[in-house]
Amino acid sequence: MTELELRLKSVQYRKTILRIIHRAQAGHTGGSLSCTDILNVLYNHVMDVSPENFDDPNRDRYIQSKGHSVEALYTVLADRGFYPVEALDTLNQYQSHFIGHPTRKVNGIEQNTGALGHGLSVAVGLALAAKQDGRPYRVFTLLGDGELTEGSSWEASMTAAHYRLDNLVVIVDRNGLQITGPTEQVVALESLEDKFLAFGYAVRSCDGNDIAALVRMFEQVPFEPGKPNLILAQTVKGKGVSFIENQIKWHHRVPTDDELARALAELEQAERELKVMA
Amino acid sequence: MELGKPNLEAFADTLIALGQQDRDLLVVTSDSRGSGKLAPFAQTLPDQIVEVGIAEQNLVGISAGLAAAGKKVFAVSPACFLTARSLEQIKNDVAYSDQPVRLVGISAGVSYGALGSTHHSLHDFAALRAIHNLAIVAPADNFETQAAITAAYHAGRPVYLRFGKKPMPHLHAEGTPFEIGRAIPLATGSDVTLIATGETVAPALQASQILGMQGVSAGVLSMHTIKPLDTAALLDVAQRSKAVITVEEHSVYGGLGEACAAVLIQHGIRTAFKIVAIPDEYTVTGSQAEIFAHYGITPEGLASTARHCSNSS
Ligand SMILES: Cc1ncc(C[n+]2csc(CCOP(=O)(O)OP(=O)(O)O)c2C)c(N)n1
Ligand SMILES: [Mg+2]
Repeated sequence: MTELELRLKSVQYRKTILRIIHRAQAGHTGGSLSCTDILNVLYNHVMDVSPENFDDPNRDRYIQSKGHSVEALYTVLADRGFYPVEALDTLNQYQSHFIGHPTRKVNGIEQNTGALGHGLSVAVGLALAAKQDGRPYRVFTLLGDGELTEGSSWEASMTAAHYRLDNLVVIVDRNGLQITGPTEQVVALESLEDKFLAFGYAVRSCDGNDIAALVRMFEQVPFEPGKPNLILAQTVKGKGVSFIENQIKWHHRVPTDDELARALAELEQAERELKVMA
Repeated sequence: MELGKPNLEAFADTLIALGQQDRDLLVVTSDSRGSGKLAPFAQTLPDQIVEVGIAEQNLVGISAGLAAAGKKVFAVSPACFLTARSLEQIKNDVAYSDQPVRLVGISAGVSYGALGSTHHSLHDFAALRAIHNLAIVAPADNFETQAAITAAYHAGRPVYLRFGKKPMPHLHAEGTPFEIGRAIPLATGSDVTLIATGETVAPALQASQILGMQGVSAGVLSMHTIKPLDTAALLDVAQRSKAVITVEEHSVYGGLGEACAAVLIQHGIRTAFKIVAIPDEYTVTGSQAEIFAHYGITPEGLASTARHCSNSS
């Protein structure tokens, strides 16, 4: 897929994310929009995983530790053919498998998440098993930046470095915000780069909303043989809709009818501009 | 029944009132002040809130340390994370070490509805009942919430309180006596008594009214304290009515129902008995109301269960 095609997909994904959140009247809008481009590049360019090979023990694995951004994951999996996008109309409804956090009841999802600070440990287990069994798969996991205050993330990091898991790719959605406010005001995280380096990762940083930058970054994995990979994806929470970007309240705010219309209009404008370039 | 506010808000208002009188009262949060409706507290008493970030184990450990230094601590986090993630800190740092932390589990039970099982706390009574030196309280309405928070503040010993975020009807008159460990009777009945806790007391009371219209005499006991259990009140209603139904927003295992059953059996009381709770299965998905309805925790559902139980007794 070309860069332009991927960029177009991101815009379309964002439209779907907003539509399903609006329909369900619940969801984590800001975090889903911030990681859309990362998921897009992973599922459409980087990872060897599809509905056809989902039973293959050698498929690449994706564990979404920041489970609350499930609307982005549901949207991308639908587009990849794991289920029809219409299934997402049942989001959060009585007896639907599409609930507010990822579960394995949904095709394409590897692990139930939603309580923060679990995904990295599970990903380490998967990566370690690949090493033990000589399997070629890689394990990708996405963490929130606010999530990093969970101590388990750092426990898992030490294990990852100890076992030299260069088949593990940890992506931090560094949007700078959590529920209460900016991460640096809630409990300061910086310097994250120094911390991750000290924990034994090969650390890289890129614009996590720039498709080309993400593609280039993932192509360089493994960054250093024998070291787990860590990508500080510098993102904007709520990316793609002017009035949602960087607003604390949009962590789990649901767009009103009017806000949805305005957001979709902005995204459709972006879509038209990309189509002209194509 | 007149609708009040969410117990969560009754809790937050009570904390401001208590905190204004006692500068040693501290609220400790884990990126949970918004969910805990504590933004007004933080604004009114900015020096009395400690934020630890998304780190529930840390939340409880730090709270124990603050309590050890004489602070009156309320540790506030969603019940699901507080009582699962931090279980060992609760067991060792709070209960075993006897540090008087008030652990407040917000959005308890299935309040988080379609956010799914990661966000439900259907295990907290069971897990915490097995820990010595910890009172467990699930207030039903705004009055019980305010009274329980105040009692926990004065208790000077470890207490766990849990409640939800939906507006609750007023069940008690202001000034009703409240004591941790002392159940509150809401109605008396000779055919069946519903013993309920937390947000299931309201549907239990409505069920008793439906039953009354159908000629079934139904009592209701608000068993706000799961531990220490009010065994005297339990034995009293079990002897006075032909059947006992327990109702709780918790797993059928290890909660109010099994606590009551153990007391009755060991006192030789073989009454007709039924536990209404969330069964041991992959919890149905949906809102709190949909989950309650699915498992029969509604006025009609409870009335029908009670009719069955009292008929077969
Ligand atoms: C263990 C745990 N504690 C608390 C929460 C509630 N919670 C959900 S999202 C969130 C904030 C997450 O912030 P961040 O990791 O920065 O995610 P993002 O900004 O990408 O949405 C919190 C506290 C949770 N899901 N799990
Ligand atoms: Mg963030």
